[in-house]
Amino acid sequence: MKDFSNKYIFIYATVLVLVVAAVLATTATLLKPFQIKNVNTEKVQNLLAAINVEASFDEAETLYKEYFKEELGINKEGNVVDVYNVAEGKMVEGTERPFAIDVKKQQSLLKEGQDVVFPLYVYEKDGQKGYVIPLQGAGLWGDIWGNIALAADFNTVVGVNFDHAGETPGLGAEITTKGFQEPFIGKHIYDAAGNFTSVIVKKNADATTGNEVDAISGGTITSTGVSDMLKKDLEFYQNYRNKIVE
Amino acid sequence: MSGKNLKLIKNPLSKENPITVQVLGICSALAVTAQVKPALVMAISVIVVVALSNVIISLLRNTIPPRIRIIVQLLVVAMMVILVDQFLKAFVYDVSKQLSVFVGLIITNCIVMGRLEAFAMQNKPWASFLDGIGNGLGYGLILFIIAFFRELFGSGTLLGYQIIPDSWYAANGGFYHNNGLFILPPMALIIVGIIIWVHRSRNKDLCEN
Repeated sequence: MKDFSNKYIFIYATVLVLVVAAVLATTATLLKPFQIKNVNTEKVQNLLAAINVEASFDEAETLYKEYFKEELGINKEGNVVDVYNVAEGKMVEGTERPFAIDVKKQQSLLKEGQDVVFPLYVYEKDGQKGYVIPLQGAGLWGDIWGNIALAADFNTVVGVNFDHAGETPGLGAEITTKGFQEPFIGKHIYDAAGNFTSVIVKKNADATTGNEVDAISGGTITSTGVSDMLKKDLEFYQNYRNKIVE
Repeated sequence: MSGKNLKLIKNPLSKENPITVQVLGICSALAVTAQVKPALVMAISVIVVVALSNVIISLLRNTIPPRIRIIVQLLVVAMMVILVDQFLKAFVYDVSKQLSVFVGLIITNCIVMGRLEAFAMQNKPWASFLDGIGNGLGYGLILFIIAFFRELFGSGTLLGYQIIPDSWYAANGGFYHNNGLFILPPMALIIVGIIIWVHRSRNKDLCEN
């Protein structure tokens, strides 16, 4: 075996690390635009999926303009601070496009008690107006997120879609399947007495209440995560809801 | 392709299989095999990472100081894994989402480091490339077998298509239930065990005395 001097080893390690760093930095920079486009298109696809419109990667943008009318930015008091007109592609009120709001970041700001703005999407399908609320929570292994579409009464669930970063395939990851999501349709986020309940995901859900959906067997923690996420995120919009429904 | 090179591809499929004979990469064999599709994509990613890391290490092999060779290998593997991950994210976004954290975990797959240390450090780039492909395939083959049984009996589907007829299910008045145990990781271990058993009973020279 050849003998290498300490000097050689240090130089070798340094050069190698620099080369690898340069390669990775270059690749990341070059691929960034593609990745951002993927992420945004997926977000649009998910919003459409919540209102039960299936969109391929290429047609997502067009369909979004067809179904979605406005993006609103809602603050803690339930006031609308940003309005983005989707058809015209410009801000009507405020400065930040609600689509670009990082929900996860807003949630941590909310926890610290700071001022926050959450996005709310207004859509119109088959002549019916409704709202889509983005969701963001935690599953077993990492983030879970999704959208829930509500009818104009801000109560009846029109559709949901969920996605996850790394839930177990076959177990927690089943939240992305139709089998888990379809039972949400027609459920309500208020009980018969008008109290906010959200849609609860649990074992042996009681179908008669209209507020419960069956959990995934073997995916209990992810199911609970979905349930908590719905409750926490829907609650934020209650002030806004009280203003428009009363 | 010469006989020697052909062996580099063929041996890891059976007699030197990384999972069933060397018992490496077991962790990911449990994690991504609940369904066939992620198992296949994982196999392809591992093949790419092992083959290319093998080539790079083989090219550098005479310049690498032995005292830091593990660090150098790790650096190369980590680079390859991040590159694969970045490319998946940019061009096959849905697949990259399906694999999620497991792509990053290829770094910890013992097969990769094992091949770099045992083969690429002593052999020429082309042979190392073939060795990487062979071992990746050997890994993928076992992953596919495990995922096949787990998805078929655990979910009644293969690659997402329904295989067990709907009318068989108890919910539709039939007699059949999916076996929940197949979905859970312990079943993957049991299947690996059965594969090793079958494999050794057919290849007596693999058995220890």
